[in-house]
This record gives sequence, C-alpha cells and structure tokens, in this order.
Amino acid sequence: MIRWIAITVLAVSVTATAVWGYQEHREKNAILIQAENNYQRSFHDLSYHMDLLQDKIGTTLAMDSREQISPQMAEVWRLTSEAQADVSQLPLALLPFNKTEEFLSKIGDFTYRTAVRDLDKEPLTDEEVKYLSSLYDQSGQITKELRKVQNLVLKDNLRWMDVQVALASNDKQADNTIVDGFKTVEKTVSGFDEGNFGPSLTGTSRENKPYRFVKGEKLSKEQGEDRARKLFNIKDNINLNITETGKGSDLPIYSASYRSDGKNGYVDLTQKGGNPINLMIDREIGEQKLSLNEGLEKAEAYLKKYDFDDMEAFQSNQYDNLGVFSFIYKQDGVLIYPDSIQIKVALDNGEILGLSAKDYYQNHTEREIKKPKITAEEARDKVNQNVDIQTNQLAIIENDVGEEVLTHSFLGTLNNETYRIFINAQTGVEESVEKLSTKEEKFDPSL
Amino acid sequence: MYGKKVSFFLVITLTVILGVTATNNQNSVEAFSPQVIQQGATGTDVIELQSRLQYLGFYNGKIDGVFGWGTYWALRNFQYEFGLEIDGIAGPEAKQKLADASEYDRNYVMEQIRKGNDFNTYGGAPKNNGKGNTNQGNKAQNQGNQAKKKGNQSQNQGNQAGNETAAEPTAVNVPKGFSQNEIQLMANAVYGEARGEPYVGQVAVASVILNRVESPTFPNTVSGVIFEPRAFTAVADGQIWLTPNKTSRRAVLDAINGWDPTLGSIYYFNPNTATSGWIWSRPQVKKIGQHIFAK
Repeated sequence: MIRWIAITVLAVSVTATAVWGYQEHREKNAILIQAENNYQRSFHDLSYHMDLLQDKIGTTLAMDSREQISPQMAEVWRLTSEAQADVSQLPLALLPFNKTEEFLSKIGDFTYRTAVRDLDKEPLTDEEVKYLSSLYDQSGQITKELRKVQNLVLKDNLRWMDVQVALASNDKQADNTIVDGFKTVEKTVSGFDEGNFGPSLTGTSRENKPYRFVKGEKLSKEQGEDRARKLFNIKDNINLNITETGKGSDLPIYSASYRSDGKNGYVDLTQKGGNPINLMIDREIGEQKLSLNEGLEKAEAYLKKYDFDDMEAFQSNQYDNLGVFSFIYKQDGVLIYPDSIQIKVALDNGEILGLSAKDYYQNHTEREIKKPKITAEEARDKVNQNVDIQTNQLAIIENDVGEEVLTHSFLGTLNNETYRIFINAQTGVEESVEKLSTKEEKFDPSL
Repeated sequence: MYGKKVSFFLVITLTVILGVTATNNQNSVEAFSPQVIQQGATGTDVIELQSRLQYLGFYNGKIDGVFGWGTYWALRNFQYEFGLEIDGIAGPEAKQKLADASEYDRNYVMEQIRKGNDFNTYGGAPKNNGKGNTNQGNKAQNQGNQAKKKGNQSQNQGNQAGNETAAEPTAVNVPKGFSQNEIQLMANAVYGEARGEPYVGQVAVASVILNRVESPTFPNTVSGVIFEPRAFTAVADGQIWLTPNKTSRRAVLDAINGWDPTLGSIYYFNPNTATSGWIWSRPQVKKIGQHIFAK
C-alpha cells in the first residue's frame, strides 16, 4: 500500500516537474526570440538603409536642378541617421565597428551642410561633386558587403544571439559568419583614408579643444585647496577632498569636493592659475523668494567679483526655483558667442549654485575684429524675405566647420516663432539659422 | 435674455458698491507682485502679464505662465506703443501702464488654467473660452459694459484674490533641443546607474550620455545612446525603470545646461566590478565617487 502511494506521489511530482520545466523552457525561448527579433530587425533595416542611401546619393549625382538637390541631401542625411541608429541596435560593442559609424557620420555631416545651404548662390563645387561621388562608391561597397552578410544570415538561418555568445565567450574559434562579415565591412571602410576629406570637411566630432585662456602660475595642491575654499566660501573646519585628474584630461585639474549641512560642493580648478572650470553646489531649494531678475543681478555680481569682465546676459531660464543664466563676452560692441559662461542661482536665497566656464577658458582671447565688408542693411537682404526682422547685432560665432566668423545676427519672427539668423559680415553667406524655442507644454498638467 | 440682463445689472451694481467701499490706492498695488518680470521667468506673474498683454491684443500665444519669446515680443510692442523704454522687461513702470490699460480677472484665468481649458483674454471677451458656449449677444453686451466695469475691476480682484489659489504654469522651460521626455529618460538612466553616487557623480553620468550623443561613434539620440545594447547595466537589468528622484532630474538638467564634470568623457566604469579588461585601456580623466571616467 505504502509503496503504491510512494509510486503515485513520485509519478505525479515527476510529471509536474516536467510540465514546469517545459513551461520555463518555452518562456525562455520566447524571450530569446524576442531579443533575436530585435537584432534581426535592426540588421535588416541597416542593410536596407545603406542600400537606399547609396541609391539616393546616386540620383543626386545625376541631378542638375538645384531645387532638387537640397531636399535630396536632406533625405540622405535622414537616412544616415537611420542607419546609425540601426548600427547602434546591434550587439557589436565588442567588434571594432567605429569606422563604419564614422563613415556614416561623415556622409551625414556633408549632406546636411549641403542641404541647408543656398545652392543657387553657392552651388556645389567640383571638389564637392567629386567628394560626393567618392561617397557614392564607398557606400556602394559597404552595401555590397552588407548584402552579402545578409544573404548568408537568411540562407543559413544565422542568429544574432549566437554572435553575442561567440563574442562574449571570447575564444578564437570565431568562425562566425556574421562576425567575419562585419569585419570585412569594417575593413572596406578602413580602406578609405582620411585623405579623401578636404580640410573643411573633417572635424565632424568636434574634439575637445585645448584651453587657450588658462593663464597663471601652477598651483600646489595646498594652494588649490585654498582657492577652492574661497570659491565655496567655506570654513577651514569643513573637510575638503582634493584630487588630480589623470592622463585622459586635456589639462591638469584639481577637483575639490565637500559635503556638509545638506550641501554637496564640487569644483574643477585648472592647476595652472586655479581657474574654475566647473563649480556645482547641490542642496534642496526652498520656496522662491527672488525673482529671476534678482537672480540675474546676483549672477552678474558674482561674475564681477571673479573678474569676468564685459560679460553680457544672453539667456535666462527658470527651472522650478532655479535660475540658469548664460553670459557672453562682448568686445567692442560685438558679441563673442564662443566665450560663454553659465551660472546657476538658487531663487530661495540668491546663492550661486553653479558656474560653468569651460567654453570661456577654451575660447577666450582678445580678438582682432575686422571691419565688416557688408553693412547690416546689405546683410538683411540675404535673409529670407518672410522673416520679420526685429533686431540686429554684430556677433562672432563658430560656424559649421568650427571657424570663428564675424556675422550680422538678426532676431526675427515668422509664424509666431522666433529665429536667430547669422549672415557672414564679410561674404554675405548665411552661416546659421536657429529656431529659438525653449519652452514646452507640460504633458501632465497635474504635475 | 431678460434674465441675463437683470443679473448683469446686479453684477454691475455690486461692483460699483465694492468699488465705492474700497479705497483708491489699491489700484496699482493689487496688480502683479513687486518682482521685475523678465524673459525665462515662470509663475503667476507671468500668467497675469500674458493675460493683460492679450487683453490689449499684443499677445496671441497661449497663456501658459512661461515668459518665452512670444511674450517678449508682445511686451516690446506694448512698450513701443505706450512710449516706454523698449527692453522686453516688465519693470514697475511697464507693469503700472499695463495694469492701468488692461483688465485681469484672476479667478477666471486661474480657473481656466486649472481646468485645462483652451481660453483667451482678448479685451471685451474674457469669458470666451473657445468651447463654443458663448453667444454673440452676450459678448456684445459684455463689451458695452466694459467701460463701466473698468474702474472697479482691480478692486474686485483685490477682494477676491484670496479665494482662488494660484494655478501652476502649464508649460515649462526646456533646454534647447531637449524635450521633457528626454530629460525623464535620462533621469531614469542616471538614477538606475548612479543613485548611490554623490550629486556630481550623477551629473557626470548624465554628461557621459550627452557626450556620447555628440560623439560620432555612438548613436545620435539620447534614447539611442541609453538603449544601445551592452552600454548601460541599468538598462540590461531593468533598473532603468525605477522611479527617479528629484536629485537625478536636477543632475540631468545641470548636465544639459552645460556642466560637465567629466571634461568630455565618453566611458565610465566601476573599478571594483568592471569585467572588461579593455575599459582599463581608455585614458582616464578622473574618479568621481565609485566611477572612473575615461575618454
């Protein structure tokens, strides 16, 4: 009797375990498939986008009318960003796939710049057409390789999950078709060296620039600590933690931090001269007692105190009970956009909670400003006639290729939107058009 | 129609009585708080400013309590028309002129905002909430009686100001190129990745996300960077879906507004838990909290 009961119980539990195990297995597979599907989608999208991209560049080369080229360029630009998005969805983190991404980024930058340019006044130069056809060739080869891999994937029913396993397990038996295929693609791209790109077309990744306005003697750690204490305005008994940056930093910096009274303070000082690059204080902020305007006055006073002269308030924004202000250097009545400083003010008591002067220290210098060849009235004619111009001002900006240029900057309105338009004051070229919109409707008004 | 007329006269009589009992010097005091209102500001004063500018026909945008470009140009046009200094800042003089020239029914505006109604405050038709339930006759009457009501309006407000609590602005300032969604997503990522870190460490993680968006070897969107497979552990293990706190949000806003304690880093790792040997080969910038930041 007991034996029969035992047998029954065992049989039932074995069956139950089997059923449970099978369900687990199915669930796991379902999830694996889902992940796999995502990868597959991105991969096929990528191939498709690359193909389409090449096709579009090709038709552009055949076009003559300028009206058509601009939208076409915009379309290519859109496709490059689609393709870039696809690449990022693939588990290629361990593969050296940077070159392909950079290639896409370069096509994107070139086509964007061409698309926004007035091709009637400044048509494509011979060099640019040549460059474009080289892009066409390169993308053609990449597409071919990708299509090959795609074909193999479909034919042999290859799975990205296996790729991931192969990459993660890291052993040499990487006889994986997808991995090999992508390595080939990458090699294809590496074949085209940077020489293809003229000097004005490089610099897509605006590398961190050197700091050209860092002056003064090198500070010892103790001097740095003193300086930080003064900036934080804290007493000697509060413990200040100070560290130095490593070799990845563009210039040697002391970072000082403290924590007391519910406040967290942090500052980056250049070891040379002790200039504050970043200053941040975090604390809970009470009820608003100061207006944004009063906050601005506090920020201005702070800049004066630390000898940032001739800075003009350029933009102010209130985020809850914080005021964030941007200042721009002004030289001889010309606004110098690259030399900017941000300041954060708590609107409960007016305390300065932040200073960001990285751009200022990287760019600031006394410039020799040439006389504009084009008057404001002449520049005004270059602006789209539908824009209702309100104000104008001379300004130095950094253009698309990272050069500083003197411009007439116009603030204008069109259909209830405000635009800032920069016209080169020497050549009359429209350097940049910017739509100014810094507010957004709350999605959930109850918040 | 007859009933409406009667009630209308009642209202007018009432306001006149109130007007008589109230003292005159309230006139300017009750409009606006003493603050100087400038571009970028948010709050009830901005709601009043927009309402009054709209009453006079200068402002065509939505009354949302955020002093943006639309409000700025409206105020400048007002200053031009009324012979004031044209600076786009609502100082004492501009506010006084505005209060004298326009009407502002605070309770009505606040109520509309709280209810989320579509409304406007164009002169003569402050009750037209765009829902189609106003009839023309009523509107015309309203306009006809406007002049009589005018003198007493501000006293009226003064008496009622305490009744309706102020409504919150219906819009927010967002840094250029960012939507609230991106800020939220970033706050999620920062909270999931670095909630145990000091404040600066959280700003730093947000900065890395932004530096990656800028970098050509990473995706070009915030979501692309965050959801890039194998990029962030918090995304992989689902911690990104924890609800972030206010500190992470502030950290994200700081990073977007230009604070970058990582000085341009695009990688970070926890030296105690890092499994990839490769990450150690990146040039390190600095250590903040538990994380080492690298380029």
